[in-house]
Amino acid sequence: MSELQRRLEAALSADQTVAMATQLSGAAIGAKLLCFPNGEHIGRLGPALDDRVIPLLEAMLRDGKNDETRSLSLEVDGEAIRLFLELFVPAPDLILIGGVHIAEALAHFAKRLGFRITLIDPRTTFANDQRFPHVDHLIAAWPQEALDEVSLGPNSYVAVLTHDPKLDEPALNAVMGRGAAYVGAIGSRKTHAERFARMAKHGVSDDALAEVHAPIGLDIGAVTPEEIALAIMAEIVAVRRGKVW
Amino acid sequence: MRELIPTIAEWRSAGKRIAVATVVSAYGSAPRREGARLIVSDEGELAGSVSGGCVEGDVLHQALEVLECGGPRLLRYAITDEMIWEVGLACGGTVEIFVEPLEMGGE
Repeated sequence: MSELQRRLEAALSADQTVAMATQLSGAAIGAKLLCFPNGEHIGRLGPALDDRVIPLLEAMLRDGKNDETRSLSLEVDGEAIRLFLELFVPAPDLILIGGVHIAEALAHFAKRLGFRITLIDPRTTFANDQRFPHVDHLIAAWPQEALDEVSLGPNSYVAVLTHDPKLDEPALNAVMGRGAAYVGAIGSRKTHAERFARMAKHGVSDDALAEVHAPIGLDIGAVTPEEIALAIMAEIVAVRRGKVW
Repeated sequence: MRELIPTIAEWRSAGKRIAVATVVSAYGSAPRREGARLIVSDEGELAGSVSGGCVEGDVLHQALEVLECGGPRLLRYAITDEMIWEVGLACGGTVEIFVEPLEMGGE
């Protein structure tokens, strides 16, 4: 295996960011160039291309938030050379609060959809490897402590699922305002209104509360835990792909 | 690509040679977007996809040829472009697919 291929596979397996150019035409068809966020690059394209392509890959590394591609032509000695550029960013994170039945199905769907999954629940009867074979990180701790250790950002999706205010409310407090792409909380409209009233009394702002998707999930008439998990996953995909509902 | 790494590792450890097909441009109602990949082993196994299924058969054939003779190639499939390839996209889009042996590049 070439060093470039080995490094590409290592980066993708370890969920690291990497950008790659592939030459699609010309004498060096199939040549590749790989760039890393630390400025390192390996591989080589055809003559007079590396210096022009490296800045394009570096711009993708700097600005890209999702996996991205770009198809372009560059002229070398009167010949148009086709190139394909790709940015690979780490998989999105799904953070589940509560090892409940819905979370089992949700972990299953999310794994298939390419998410990295973290499950937080202090109750090991609920949160264990037997029930959750698809989970990447299982944290048996109270949400407020566990969430301090979890980094949240534009690639993070949080579903609060316990139905227990002792767990759900501290979890919501710990994630709001930290820039997650999505925060959803389980509960009927009534439960949710009561929860928000309690949280507002403790000083949580209306803006912060408005961030929370509740009742959680798209309204597809879901009844069973698996159907509810599907509704939640559909909402997360809609948010991730910029579809407004 | 990322989702195919475990399959690539498995095929490689079984001593199989692998070709990779990548959607490098997609216009109109093409079913898979740019960056989608199909991998093909020299035994004719498939993983991943480059369309909803309409061009995989021809891409498989091309990928096996690439593994035989080595050279990467750029393929174009379009419903209006039957002069170039006999296989079209039922959905009316146009896709370009780059097929290469996995171990190529970077040497």
